[in-house]
Amino acid sequence: MSPTIYQLGHLPIKEHVFSPDRKTLAITKANTVELYDVSSARPQLITTLKGHDKTVTSVDISPDGSRILTCSQDRNALVWEYNPQEQEYKPTLVLLRINRAATVCKWSPNGEKFAIGSSDRIVAICYYEAENDWWISKHLKKPLKSTITSLSWHPNSVLLSCGSTDGHARVFSAYIKGLDSKPEPTAWGSKLPFQTLCGDFINETGAWIHDVAFSPSGDALAFVNHDASIGIVYPNGQDQPPRSILNVKTNYLPFKSIVFLTENKIVVGGHECNLIVFEGTEQGWKESYKVEKQKDLTHDNPRVADSLNDDDVEISSHDALNMFRQLDLKGKVNKPNPQGGAARALSTVHQNTISNIRLYASNQVSTSGIDGKVVVFSV
Amino acid sequence: MSQSLKPYLTAVRSSLTAAICLEDFSSQIVERHNRPEIEVDNTHTPELILNPMIIARNENEKILIEPSINSVRVSIKIKQADEIEQILVHKFTRFLTSRAENFFILRRVPIKGYDISFLITNFHTEQMLKDKLVDFIIEFMEDVDKEISEMKLFLNARARVIAEAYLTPFD
Repeated sequence: MSPTIYQLGHLPIKEHVFSPDRKTLAITKANTVELYDVSSARPQLITTLKGHDKTVTSVDISPDGSRILTCSQDRNALVWEYNPQEQEYKPTLVLLRINRAATVCKWSPNGEKFAIGSSDRIVAICYYEAENDWWISKHLKKPLKSTITSLSWHPNSVLLSCGSTDGHARVFSAYIKGLDSKPEPTAWGSKLPFQTLCGDFINETGAWIHDVAFSPSGDALAFVNHDASIGIVYPNGQDQPPRSILNVKTNYLPFKSIVFLTENKIVVGGHECNLIVFEGTEQGWKESYKVEKQKDLTHDNPRVADSLNDDDVEISSHDALNMFRQLDLKGKVNKPNPQGGAARALSTVHQNTISNIRLYASNQVSTSGIDGKVVVFSV
Repeated sequence: MSQSLKPYLTAVRSSLTAAICLEDFSSQIVERHNRPEIEVDNTHTPELILNPMIIARNENEKILIEPSINSVRVSIKIKQADEIEQILVHKFTRFLTSRAENFFILRRVPIKGYDISFLITNFHTEQMLKDKLVDFIIEFMEDVDKEISEMKLFLNARARVIAEAYLTPFD
């Protein structure tokens, strides 16, 4: 099946999200978030959410589809709710207490709280306090040393993984007393007060982590590094070393995003502009296929090829006249290059880096790129 | 194209393609700032800078690539075999850098020891296609040598004409 392509302007899309019923699409665009109705073939702009005064870095829709969460480099996060009387979205400011950019935001699977990562080396766990009518936050600080680039919730809505530019992927407990019910013991641990560090992983190069993801069951954690490797960790209970830590090295350009399709299948994408599927188990993972056929970027050099067969090209009398005239003038030959400057497109759908991948359906993923496209692929 | 130029340019192309993998990154140090991390004093956030690399064809021709999370600085040393070429390269790069705002990725001041520097940030890679940026730099490196030697030939030809004119005996 051919992919569905939505070309939504040419500004970079940092993140996109479909509503749970897949009728609405939210994308970040410069300082705003745009909502599109995608139930028909052509996407219709519903509204533009204007409330931030710097680049919006991330957007997420709550699991019940009623609230939209945005965060931005202006240090704020807003929760947008539809107001039926005024027929527009109204923002509520979140009391974040951070003073650097907010980089990433994610609703928990139960929809009662959300996490916001920031350049302030803090993850803020935010929840609604009814008596003050406010979204307030608790901070995860230690031992974060650098900007948080990515967050992922465990399906039990208590454990949270985060990746940062210091190269660590960490798993924290984000248990909020009074809000969460006591979680079932998982492979990550059984006693989980707030800010418990349940896992801390770094690969040998210590490269920046671009994205983290829990597997659907939550019993495995995968992350992509800037050295184009994928790390997969299977935990073995509290205070125990993990059952297995795998590091899959690849020859591609760095990946920006990772998504689990099933327990044994992941999709990654990034600077390569293509999606790549990996399959495996605890014993080992390996690449299975690329979603799109692709030519290699680095070895594609038409100019070199041109100049190699320059000598074989016959020179017509007119060209010869020009050639001698130039020889006379400058002492060298300068032939016009017929292919010079002709636009060359990549062989993939995305013409620039894929910024974000999300699960769309059981065998479909949606991607957004900084070329302003949102695409739904079957994998 | 000479035999040794092609592997040099291929190496530069692969390295640039890998180095220009940039993302939007807001400053960790200064509130509400978004600046090229390679250009700021990074004693506080050394983790945002990657290892610089030098690709050299010979001692006169090399390229320095300094990547970071949201910017790459590319500095080129252009071949200068003699004093005339030194003067020509100096004039040529001065001509370009004084018009840097029209070149987007050109840096106003080259890095010490190099003739011309480019600064590519994530905003450039968002507006322009990456492989086109790489093509541009490669093309620049190919053309600049040609240009300089062409100018040198021109200069020599004119010098010869002038010398002949002066040295013609009076009738």
